[in-house]
Amino acid sequence: MSDYLEKLDHVTDAADPTFGDTEIQNYTINFGPQHPAAHGVLRLVMELDGEIVERCDPHVGLLHRGTEKLIEYKTYMQALPYFDRLDYCSPLGMEHSYVLAVEKLLNLEVPLRAQYLRVFFAELTRICNHMLNLGSHVMDVGAMTPNLWLFEIREDCLNFFERASGARMHSAYFRPGGVHQDVPLKLLTDIAEWLDTRLPRLFEDAMSLVVDNRIFKQRNVDISVVSKEDALKWGFSGPMLRGSGIAWDIRKAQPYDVYDRMDFDIPVGTQYDCYDRFMVRVEEVRQSARIMKQCLNEMPEGPIASFDRKVVPPKRGEMKRSMEALIHHFKLYTEGFHVPAGEVYVATESPKGEFGVYLVSDGSNKPYRCKIRPTAFSHLQAMDFMMKGHMLADTTAVLGAMDIVFGECDR
Amino acid sequence: MTAFFQGLGLPFEGAWLLSTVIGILVICLPVMLAVAMIIYADRKIWAAMALRRGPNVVGPFGLLQSFADGLKVFLQETIIPSAANKTLFLIAPIITFTVALMAWAVVPFQVGVVLANINVGLLYILAISSLGVYGVVLSGWASNSKYPFYSAIRASAQMISYEVSIGFILITVVLWAGSFNLTQIVESQKAYYGFLNGNGFNPLLFPMAIMFLISAMAETARAPFDLTEAESELVAGYQTEYSSMAFALFWLGEYANVILMCALNAILFWGGYLPPVDWAPLYYVPGIIWLFAKILFFFFVFSWVKATVPRYRYDQLMRLGWKIFLPTSLFFVFLVSGFLMLTRYGGAQ
Repeated sequence: MSDYLEKLDHVTDAADPTFGDTEIQNYTINFGPQHPAAHGVLRLVMELDGEIVERCDPHVGLLHRGTEKLIEYKTYMQALPYFDRLDYCSPLGMEHSYVLAVEKLLNLEVPLRAQYLRVFFAELTRICNHMLNLGSHVMDVGAMTPNLWLFEIREDCLNFFERASGARMHSAYFRPGGVHQDVPLKLLTDIAEWLDTRLPRLFEDAMSLVVDNRIFKQRNVDISVVSKEDALKWGFSGPMLRGSGIAWDIRKAQPYDVYDRMDFDIPVGTQYDCYDRFMVRVEEVRQSARIMKQCLNEMPEGPIASFDRKVVPPKRGEMKRSMEALIHHFKLYTEGFHVPAGEVYVATESPKGEFGVYLVSDGSNKPYRCKIRPTAFSHLQAMDFMMKGHMLADTTAVLGAMDIVFGECDR
Repeated sequence: MTAFFQGLGLPFEGAWLLSTVIGILVICLPVMLAVAMIIYADRKIWAAMALRRGPNVVGPFGLLQSFADGLKVFLQETIIPSAANKTLFLIAPIITFTVALMAWAVVPFQVGVVLANINVGLLYILAISSLGVYGVVLSGWASNSKYPFYSAIRASAQMISYEVSIGFILITVVLWAGSFNLTQIVESQKAYYGFLNGNGFNPLLFPMAIMFLISAMAETARAPFDLTEAESELVAGYQTEYSSMAFALFWLGEYANVILMCALNAILFWGGYLPPVDWAPLYYVPGIIWLFAKILFFFFVFSWVKATVPRYRYDQLMRLGWKIFLPTSLFFVFLVSGFLMLTRYGGAQ
């Protein structure tokens, strides 16, 4: 033994460098922005020790389109479609926050049917969004097929949006004061039938392929565990927060529209890992279907938008008969409506989490400032924290469970 | 065939060379055709499972899709990254492709219908499939790019670790057959219980058949072991920097390897060119048709698995290989040899 140590001493004393003196550097790798699993244009600068992620630095802003600034130069109505284009996977969820914010500033009463319609389509949006996210999460960990099965459902959703608003994705359906137009009864009955037949069949079918799959579990269980405290500290919201075991849902905590009349459960995670985040979303789809069914049962007849003609444009038929209606129409589509001075922050439970709009009005027809609180931004800042010590292949699972869309993150 | 050419007046050496070259062509060209069609089949099966149509435009039912793709890549420019090691970068796909075809030399299509009926056929296949990893490793290194490099490291680790267990699995078959020659291995599988052809019907070897199927997926880097070209992690793995024919050679080599592994499955465990049931009328069907049917079946299993399961993570793959497959196959080597010692070789003496 002592001989060996002597020899060792001799080696370290030697002037020429040996193996032990070689400095091993970590491997730095660019994950994106043109990476197939980067969910758009995310660029992660990762420092890897072998396959272990030592540091993960998200670079955002590659899809920055100046939405907030553009909105300052548009009337309140013209600003609305920009929200569709933020999180293009769940357009109506984005509109919802904005519309509620404007209504709050205007102190506008919204008819009951319009509120029901909004909740109804917001939940359809949630299903639509989760189809994309669950599918891409599964694809990120390597299974290709369930994604396409879920796209079948998403396609149905988009068709329903088209039948309601005329546009598949960027609906611009929610308007300050209500919704843009009433839906035909046939659409509602079709969706009711879809909720009972096609949705559960396709969805449960696809999920049966995934949720109990050994490999899928191995890839997600215990990956990036985020405790309750950490989830709060990093500003998580939505399924990310619920996946960490906190039953916080703005639909329950601060109900807007008719969510207070709805009976639904908030799923929460128990292990706080990627698998929990996935399963929270799976359960949310079922709960959304439940809410939609309640909406269909309870939805009253009646107007679909406020009668305040200073905000909501009149119907075309009315314009043909009434001079005043014509004037209102002209004013609303040229100058737009004026919003009383003030500021307001309204957040809704978008499919991805708390999506907030902070609106400052100076009394004119354009917002003075419109700050958007995206969900993905606050989730992405935790990327380094969540990735540390995990493997390169886990990056995609973590990203998939985060549900980020760069239209919203970069604005 | 050598005798035929000798009869035409050629010396033995010339006749042997000519007949061997013809033999190589007779095997390689159909294999290439089979690769083209099997890529089409793969895409079709996958599409059907994903509720899609798959290729359906080029030719009837899209049958000519692979040929159209081949023509397309052939006409493309071969882009060589400026930082790449040019020679190795181009040699790598050639290695993959050539090695994938070389292994076919010892595959028996019928009694006596084999290009090289060597007595260590199985060892030859092991040696050749070990060479296959060089294509991937060299391409990953020569690309001088980070994702391919990761892929190369993964590939070398993955293929080596699964080759170890494949080796042990093969030993159980060799012990049972008492030969390394593939034809003799096939012939030894005749008439289990008097009517079934195939080592897979042997309860001692059936677990090995399953493990070989899984190891074959790992060896050819098919899902769920496709870590080397994991799209959501490594973009396209070692193929990232490749384009045009260099890329196509990888593609073809990979599928030729998959077919080879399916053929080995059939030959080692399911009776190769023998019909599944030892019943005289079935022997009127040519052996190559039985072999081909079995290859197609296993290929379908490969595609099926690819369409339905997620991908393993690197460490999980290693764990499966070293902690589960290796001990199990080792245990079965012990079990099979012990059983044979007790029965065939005269019991405890």
